[in-house]
Amino acid sequence: MGPMTRIDKKSRRGGTAVEVRGLVKHYGETKALDGVDLDVREGTVLGVLGPNGAGKTTLVRILSTLVIPDAGHAVVAGFDVVRQPRQLRRTIGLTGQYASVDEKLSGWENLYMIGRLLDLPRKSARARADELLERFSLTEAARRPAMDYSGGMRRRLDLAASMIGSPSVLYLDEPTTGLDPRTRNEVWDEVRRMVAEGATVLLTTQYMEEAEQLADELTVIDKGKIIARGGVDELKAKVGGRTLHIRPSDPGQLAAMAQAIREAGLDGTAGAQAVPDEGLLYVPILSDEQLTAVIGLLGTRGFSLAHVATALPSLDEVFLAITGEKSSHTTDTTPEEVAA
Amino acid sequence: MSTATLTPTPTGSAPAKAPADEGRIGLRGNLRHISALARRNLLQIKKDPESMFDVLLMPIVFTLLFVYVFGGSVGGSMGGGRQEYLNYLVPGLMAMMGMNIASAVGTGVNDDFRKGVMDRFRTMPIARSSVLIAKIVVELGRMLVATFILLCMGFALGMELGTSVLGLLAAIALSATFSAAIMWIFILLGLTMKTAQAVQGTGFLVLMPLQFGSSIFAPPQTMPGWLQTFTDYNPLSNLADAVRGLMMGGPVADSVWMTLGWVVVITAVTAPLAVAKFRRKT
Repeated sequence: MGPMTRIDKKSRRGGTAVEVRGLVKHYGETKALDGVDLDVREGTVLGVLGPNGAGKTTLVRILSTLVIPDAGHAVVAGFDVVRQPRQLRRTIGLTGQYASVDEKLSGWENLYMIGRLLDLPRKSARARADELLERFSLTEAARRPAMDYSGGMRRRLDLAASMIGSPSVLYLDEPTTGLDPRTRNEVWDEVRRMVAEGATVLLTTQYMEEAEQLADELTVIDKGKIIARGGVDELKAKVGGRTLHIRPSDPGQLAAMAQAIREAGLDGTAGAQAVPDEGLLYVPILSDEQLTAVIGLLGTRGFSLAHVATALPSLDEVFLAITGEKSSHTTDTTPEEVAA
Repeated sequence: MSTATLTPTPTGSAPAKAPADEGRIGLRGNLRHISALARRNLLQIKKDPESMFDVLLMPIVFTLLFVYVFGGSVGGSMGGGRQEYLNYLVPGLMAMMGMNIASAVGTGVNDDFRKGVMDRFRTMPIARSSVLIAKIVVELGRMLVATFILLCMGFALGMELGTSVLGLLAAIALSATFSAAIMWIFILLGLTMKTAQAVQGTGFLVLMPLQFGSSIFAPPQTMPGWLQTFTDYNPLSNLADAVRGLMMGGPVADSVWMTLGWVVVITAVTAPLAVAKFRRKT
């Protein structure tokens, strides 16, 4: 599970499934997308991480032929999204934040209808509906109208609907937003299974944890611009798998502490950041050993600590680490490669 | 851990696998898609039987109301009585109901768009018009049910067919054709306006004067001159006259041709607009 396996896995797989260049979309004055470039290699998961309004949904809608971009181009599975939408629609599946099923119809009726719309013969459409309901643990609810489903069941039905045509490229637009942790895990398992079966996935999310769980590579987007990209490990090395929150007894020592950690050259902790306003030092850490090392280091240097906590990084912390600013007041950020 | 490559450089742009016109959907494919989508609309009706109330009750209520409230006096001034008015009214109502049902298409389309399922359809390899055509097919079915009930009411109250069954069938076909054309207008409205209520309100405001300022309920001869001019040019008058002629006898050529002319013009203008609007809508 080291870096070598990772590279092997990638090189074994083929070319670029999604290629986006200079994509621009304006809504009036708002630049939803302001020149986005990205690639997703076949058989991998690209996580697109960003806050609300970053342009994630606009990106997905363009790539699924629902919205025409103002400039730039995108090629998915070899088809241009603007010039060859009909061919493209045969190869993609979309699961959005809002379930795109007919709420009045039952789960089975929804899947059968979609099978027929995808030109499956009646018999195959029936079989496929049964099979997918089984796989997504919806057999019991198959005959009930989708409007009576729980949020998680609806999302699963939506995923099942996206899978009927066995799409080679799947877009998941915030697939677990609003779901409880248990349902979220179920959705994650399904996504992993789809990838194991060879699908290429473009996943948008607001959660670092989700990106970490599912994505091979990450692209961080804000205000329609890509602000960072790289492998999950690289971004983690920058942001930290977790963040150590340290409150010194004397807030005046924040800067000295941050410098001490940076100079110690511990792997991945170069992103240590003092935030005097909050009286906190944020240190990205990758392992328990590192945590111990950081605290030990501060102890040997004679710093006195009032409070220590660890947290999985929030989106804000990701942005803080990447841009040195909070996402809510990020301005004029320039694209930046994640330092390895 | 950090030896993985950075931003992957593009491995050359992926080749376009097919020319732009491939992937076009053939007639059989389109029919299959339309029938799958029409099945969806029928299932919706099955699960929500109340949505058929308009179709079931409108012909009964309107026939009873008009025949018994206005039948005596209007029929009298026509030189007959209630019976004479019944023969006049039923063909008119057939024309009117086509309009009322057509206006329901607008609210349905508008409703659909606020739901995610439309996004699903629009990312699928189906002609986008098939979603709209399926809707029209099912609404025409609803209209035929209403027409059937209307005719049952009419015959039960003593309406006499002045022509033949063939004339009656032609009348039904003509009003269905006209209704289908009008549906495109309402689909366009449904795609343009923000809420289903707005569509309904606008539909009502447009339909009311068109329906009453026509020869549907009363002969225009007793109306003031300016209103007669309006009713003369009102396509609903043409339709009502044509249906009446086909069912009860009398000259039909002018009104039938005028009606078909309206059908062609309305469809030619609004159907492409509606489909284009449907394509663009985000």
